[in-house]
Amino acid sequence: MAAMGALLKFGALLLAAVAACVAWEDGDVWDYDGHKLKDSDFLALWPLPQKVQSSAVSFQLSASRFQFTHAEGSSAGSDCSILQNAFRRYFDYIFGFTKKDRDQRRRNAAGSEVLELQVAITSPDAECDGFPSLTSDESYELSVDQPSAVLKAPKVWGALRGLETFSQLVYEDAYDVIAMTNVLNFSVFPDFPRFAHRGVLLDSSRHYLPLKVILANLEAMAMNKYNVFHWHISDDQSFPYVSRMFPDLSQKGSYHPYTHVYTPADVKMVIEFARMRGIRVIAEFDTPGHTQSWGFGQKDLLTPCYTGSSPSGTYGPVNPILNTTYDFMAGFFKEISTVFPDAYVHLGGDEVDFSCWKSNPDIQKFMDQQGFGKDYSKLESFYIQRLLDIVSSTDKGYMVWQEVFDNGVKLKMDTLIHVWKGNEAQYQAEMARVTGAGYRTLLSTPWYLNRISYGQDWRDAYKADPCNFTGTDAQKKLVIGGEACLWGEYVDASNLTPRLWPRASAVAERLWSDQGVRDISDAYVRLVQHRCRMVERGIPAEPLFTGYCRHEYSGV
Amino acid sequence: MSSRCNLRFLIPGLALLLGGVPSVLAVWPQPQQIRNSAERYSLSARAFLFKHADVSAVRSGCDVLDQAFTRYFTLIFPESGGGGTGDTGAALINTLLHCCVYMHSWNLILNISGLESLSQLVEQDDYGAYYINKTEIEDFPRFQFRGLLLDTSRHYLPLQAILKTLDAMAYSKLNVFHWHIVDDPSFPYQSRKYPDLSKKGAYHPFTHIYTQTDVRRVIEHARLRGIRVLAEFDSPGHTQSWGNGQPSLLTPCYRGDVPSGTYGPVNPILDSTYVFMANLLKEVTSVFPDSYIHLGGDEVDFSCWKSNPDIKAFMKKMGFGSDFTKLESFYMQNIVNISTMLNRSSVVWQDVFDYHEINRPRYVVEVWKWGCYLCEVRRVTKAGLKVILASPWYLDLPGPTHDWARYYNVRPLAFKGTEEQKKLVIGGEVCMWGEYVDATNLSPRLWPRACAAAERLWSDEVQTSSVDQAFPRLTDFRCRLLRRGIQAEPLYVGHCKNEYQGI
Repeated sequence: MAAMGALLKFGALLLAAVAACVAWEDGDVWDYDGHKLKDSDFLALWPLPQKVQSSAVSFQLSASRFQFTHAEGSSAGSDCSILQNAFRRYFDYIFGFTKKDRDQRRRNAAGSEVLELQVAITSPDAECDGFPSLTSDESYELSVDQPSAVLKAPKVWGALRGLETFSQLVYEDAYDVIAMTNVLNFSVFPDFPRFAHRGVLLDSSRHYLPLKVILANLEAMAMNKYNVFHWHISDDQSFPYVSRMFPDLSQKGSYHPYTHVYTPADVKMVIEFARMRGIRVIAEFDTPGHTQSWGFGQKDLLTPCYTGSSPSGTYGPVNPILNTTYDFMAGFFKEISTVFPDAYVHLGGDEVDFSCWKSNPDIQKFMDQQGFGKDYSKLESFYIQRLLDIVSSTDKGYMVWQEVFDNGVKLKMDTLIHVWKGNEAQYQAEMARVTGAGYRTLLSTPWYLNRISYGQDWRDAYKADPCNFTGTDAQKKLVIGGEACLWGEYVDASNLTPRLWPRASAVAERLWSDQGVRDISDAYVRLVQHRCRMVERGIPAEPLFTGYCRHEYSGV
Repeated sequence: MSSRCNLRFLIPGLALLLGGVPSVLAVWPQPQQIRNSAERYSLSARAFLFKHADVSAVRSGCDVLDQAFTRYFTLIFPESGGGGTGDTGAALINTLLHCCVYMHSWNLILNISGLESLSQLVEQDDYGAYYINKTEIEDFPRFQFRGLLLDTSRHYLPLQAILKTLDAMAYSKLNVFHWHIVDDPSFPYQSRKYPDLSKKGAYHPFTHIYTQTDVRRVIEHARLRGIRVLAEFDSPGHTQSWGNGQPSLLTPCYRGDVPSGTYGPVNPILDSTYVFMANLLKEVTSVFPDSYIHLGGDEVDFSCWKSNPDIKAFMKKMGFGSDFTKLESFYMQNIVNISTMLNRSSVVWQDVFDYHEINRPRYVVEVWKWGCYLCEVRRVTKAGLKVILASPWYLDLPGPTHDWARYYNVRPLAFKGTEEQKKLVIGGEVCMWGEYVDATNLSPRLWPRACAAAERLWSDEVQTSSVDQAFPRLTDFRCRLLRRGIQAEPLYVGHCKNEYQGI
């Protein structure tokens, strides 16, 4: 035991491991100072499941013997590619640092080894070939015992979440042998998300994000049980989406027509990569503002701005008074509805600058004809209204930024209103208004992670709660979740991942775990370990504070 | 000026004018004098050579230069092997066949800087051919000390992260790596004489340490790039991690009459302390060849000293009263003396200067506190001591990147003082403290913001006073860093031809 004693001081991770070793001998878990360890001292589960029951008993796992298996009676089998891919992924995560099996040296008593994780999909349709959706069932139950651990889930989506949890229960002990802490023999914990929509927004217009970066962040999202990738794919600065119907949009509107674009194959790969991880891809094509880059490849789409009585040569938002605009939008969104399988598309609608519309005599004439007076938000509503009709006709639901609601545009009741503006009091009031009007909503205001400051600002993200507003229970039920947003003005491949993680992990727990999970110091202990786990899995998640990971980031 | 570096690309004979000068004249930091014309020469990876000029004092066999030639060849021709064909359509242009490297035996480093400028002048046209405009550069640094501090104690930085940082420093012509190698949280330096320091004081005794081989590798990697390695062993504060491996080094703190079990700064009243420090510093000076050593001396918390009855007795004996700054000065005086005996110039944080008003030894003062830092620079230079300025360049405070202008707009000499005083400002350095920084986010947090400071320390202040003019050059330089594999973050919206390819 001398060697173990010498290692004791090196932090919680090892402490936990050593404690677990001790547990094999005396059945209890103590830390160095003689305090009984809480689960979270060594079970760095993130986000915290709804309910955990665990004991100090740990079982061993061996890379050469451990298997993932489909349980008897499961509606998914070896032809379920989502599960098969997940098995490979989680096998790598679990045994990544100890590929060399050292069973020979093990002295563990027989019978304390977990030989398999049986995965049982309990509903008749496992949805192996489907896409995740807003209504997907992500619940699961996991019980760990020897020789078999069992993971039960109605659908593959829940199984994916359960596999992540299972992998988080595994840790290396001080002898570099894989061991695992255990949930009591028969203990079961039913786990499910608090919110159905748990998203991350990436902006690939301000800076082009190479595919590799997007895929790596989908990996990190899965580690945090996120289920929506909100792809803010185009904006003023560039139009990297290669449209089959309107190829000039990216040919002329991207930073570079070949190296800085997303081809149909790229998009397909992102969607499939996300699907494998139970993540929906919601594309945002923001109009009528934020569209400067569209103008290069689509003549007459944007409003010509005027200086005095002559065109100034610059362009404003989408021109809402031309029929050609709506013909284009109909064609374009028809394509989008086939390329992106998700039932929702994000239509933007934020921050429309009216000054160009005001300068244009044709627009003014149209305003008079329509009886809009000088109220340009009516013109915006006119545009959005027609756009919504177009998108509805493609059988898609839509998400919009809060301005669309604020401006009084008539919206279908299944529209999702995305709240992003204001300070705490203002966004809470907005959530109350939106839900009061009967619309479903999601929150992003407190989670603009592109805003950075010195110190541990993950705490602020962690403390915010989408249901903290004055309203009835019925109103609260209309809150479907939230999104962490990483806008791209100052972010590209060089700094995206460490800026997003582990700060987005704080949001992930808020959106998954029970509302009562709010203890910031408990969260700190778990999040420190969770961030090291992400680092070990190759994600350069930045540190929360002074300290170390057993395996530092090696991708420099 | 005795330390000039001349870089001339003059080709006698015919030269055809090609349309226009390049959009951005992207040498960063801005050379003291640069004249370029629209005359353009092509370069070919197959034909181009580095040669020692006839007048050069150095021939091949100088490993700093030989290795620099190899390095810069690859930087100039990133796709070397294939390289530009030199045939750019119909235009007939002269080919630059070699770059003459003038070598003054007394100034090697500046010529490395010259190669850096040369490499930045080479552009690639749309057909992939390399070219360089006819250019004359006369260049020398404004300040001799242009440093960058990394903190390997708050977080351990794998060797690779340090070496990569040295590469990027060379690209920005920074020339001092200030290695804040130990501090409260961990002691990763593996001492030959006192192995217990890292064995018991590092985050992990095997994986989170710098072995002697590692240290040598860092020093050599730096030397080949004209970079000094300035090691800092900060004491008497910031030493919690030392105590694990060196019993009785730290002051036992008291609660009432009994030791509380916690420890404070280094115990300044024991002879054993000075024996230990002398031995350690002797080792350090044998490992780190630089003529400077950083002795720290910042942020000493006096509460533990105040609680300790032995310290109080010592204070009385020495006649310090209850002024603990005198005790710190006493300690630092001894440490500086040790370093002087070891033939080293001492660098200390400004706290030491502030506390120590009489009989100051000849140390270099690093000004780091926020507030009127130029007032402090003025006071220090008035006392006749040299200054390194760090206050305005604490890059660990993140802030949006467009804050780079904050680091650019610093005026290190804008204080009232004589010419002699201004000469005592030997330079400045950017500091990347490690509380929130490790290998995962170090590079994008450093670059390109550190480049802004680098230009301030290298270039003429009048010529580089405009943020607006610097912006396109820095944007371009940032893309060049990416191309060279340095994970430099963006200044604003836009793109680089070659985006960062990692994650």
